[in-house]
Amino acid sequence: MEKILLKNIDNPNSADINEYIKVGGYGSLSKALNMQPKEILEEVKKSGLRGRGGAGFPTGMKWSFAIADPNFPKYLLCNADEGEPGTFKDRPILEKNPHLLIEGMAISGYVLGSEFGYVYLRGEYPYAKDVLNKAIKQAHEKNYLGDNILGKGIRFHLAVYQGAGAYICGEETALIESIEGRKGQPRNKPPFPVNAGAWGLPTIVNNVETLSNLPYIVEAGGEAYSKTGNKDCSGPKLFCVSGCVNKPGVFELPMGTSLRDIIYKHAGGIKDGKKLKAVIPGGISTPVLPADSIDCAMDFVSMPKAGSMLGSGAVIVMDESVCMVRVTHRALKFFEHESCGKCVPCREGTEWLRKILERIENGKGREGDVELLSDVAGNISGKTFCPLGDGAAGVVMGMLKHFRNEFEEHVKNGNCKFQI
Amino acid sequence: MFNETVLKEINEIRAKYPDRRSALLPSLYIAQREFGWLSHEAMQFVARTLNLPEAEVRGTASFYAMFKHKPVGRNLIQLCTNVSCMILGSEGLLDFLNKRYGVEPDGTSGDGRFSLVIMECIGACGTAPAMLVNTDFHDNLTEQRIEEILEKYK
Ligand SMILES: Cc1cc2nc3c(=O)[nH]c(=O)nc-3n(C[C@H](O)[C@H](O)[C@H](O)COP(=O)(O)O)c2cc1C
Ligand code: SF4
Ligand code: FES
Repeated sequence: MEKILLKNIDNPNSADINEYIKVGGYGSLSKALNMQPKEILEEVKKSGLRGRGGAGFPTGMKWSFAIADPNFPKYLLCNADEGEPGTFKDRPILEKNPHLLIEGMAISGYVLGSEFGYVYLRGEYPYAKDVLNKAIKQAHEKNYLGDNILGKGIRFHLAVYQGAGAYICGEETALIESIEGRKGQPRNKPPFPVNAGAWGLPTIVNNVETLSNLPYIVEAGGEAYSKTGNKDCSGPKLFCVSGCVNKPGVFELPMGTSLRDIIYKHAGGIKDGKKLKAVIPGGISTPVLPADSIDCAMDFVSMPKAGSMLGSGAVIVMDESVCMVRVTHRALKFFEHESCGKCVPCREGTEWLRKILERIENGKGREGDVELLSDVAGNISGKTFCPLGDGAAGVVMGMLKHFRNEFEEHVKNGNCKFQI
Repeated sequence: MFNETVLKEINEIRAKYPDRRSALLPSLYIAQREFGWLSHEAMQFVARTLNLPEAEVRGTASFYAMFKHKPVGRNLIQLCTNVSCMILGSEGLLDFLNKRYGVEPDGTSGDGRFSLVIMECIGACGTAPAMLVNTDFHDNLTEQRIEEILEKYK
């Protein structure tokens, strides 16, 4: 498959604007500015592009809502918070192909009637910050950003906003709170950001990978784009594979590639001749799948049917030596730490779950603890203000669904038979 | 108070956003860079510079894990122990850091050379276990590699 998102990244100078231009970079922006915004919107709709931040919302539809809103200015926010544990797919774009993102954002700004874009970049990516700032400067100098882009009278400015280590700021309304200079606590929806987002104005939040598809969609057309991947879920997708595999890394593959192929064909299979035990397919917030359930298509439509979610496409592979109690405990430590504290079921519930898991893990589990876990998780699920709490509950429920006996053995025997 | 250069830097940041409050996180980063951590006084400077209530500055700063509310050592080790790093041995590395350098999570070594914090995934899971030292990424960590790497941080 022709690489669209990771094109040219093996070139050690790929982040330089001249190298990007050499392989056709900014040609799409130039083409776009000779089209009507409406025409491009039609191509985006035709492409079937869905948001790559985790929820899979159709991008063309989100954009139509923002365009229909009569208020100006409109803001375009690129979500580069990449906080979902297991996820490192946006990082190669940010560090090695920043101009692809900048070109995508400039095109998007034109379509949306937005003159100001911000990249909300996680604080843990200091190198990407330097690369992006340099790339933005270069793009200004060459007139791909600024007040009169390519002499067409189009205006678009871009700045990087650095987050400061809060996972919840990846949630779009928390991200908006954060860029406004507040604690990153999610807002009530509606109103949706497309109508009342940053500074009360129409705001479009899209993931790095989502926006990086735009140059290709403009270049090749929505129809050509939609030929890659599945009918309901098109395009290329970045999968990042970590854990017990021979060749961990980021792979650009058609949307809908099977989880088995991702692990065995692309990531080189399980390390040290061990057996596969379980996979977390879409980042830590997505329910675990046991080894016999990996013949599923990795896309937004198929994964829920398989009992999990595509999430961020972060595949965490665990072999037979990994203890599921330990993994669940670590995951819940994460959720407890990252709960923003706004709503009770998540704030109290994640702490409670973590405490139960901790004592089970330490060999001090009590009779009835496994039921208690399931009960507490069930009472968080569907009752939280934002999806973070739901995710935490889903992780516990998924683990209990497939590996309940492991939890029960821990409680009964007071010890663990696994190496990790 | 901040010196002229810093004030100018903050004003330039302010100009990028429709509201001065957006300069809060960037200014906290700057204050942390200037003073090493966010003392009461440093946050007061930020509040005055941006004309925001001190309580709000402190409240916001306390929400974000990367703002430090006590002095840190000369070098900050930020080791990830989330699942991908954990299954490849990061928790053993925590013990190693303690034994070899006398530094515990949220603590500082006696000689002030290193502080240590545990991170929640730093986006280097494909080359786990991973850490940031100050602003540099280091991955595929083993005890031996950590020793080699930390040589450079005095
Ligand atoms: C707890 C939580 C964390 C999230 N973290 C991220 C993130 O790090 N990056 C991201 O792009 N989207 C993240 N999202 C999804 C965003 O809320 C939003 O849906 C997305 O940025 C929209 O862009 P897209 O349509 O291009 O996917 C997160 C959502 C939740 C609930
Ligand atoms: S679910 Fe958790 S993270 Fe989301 S609003 Fe409630 S407390 Fe905050
Ligand atoms: S889990 Fe450690 S870097 Fe992602």
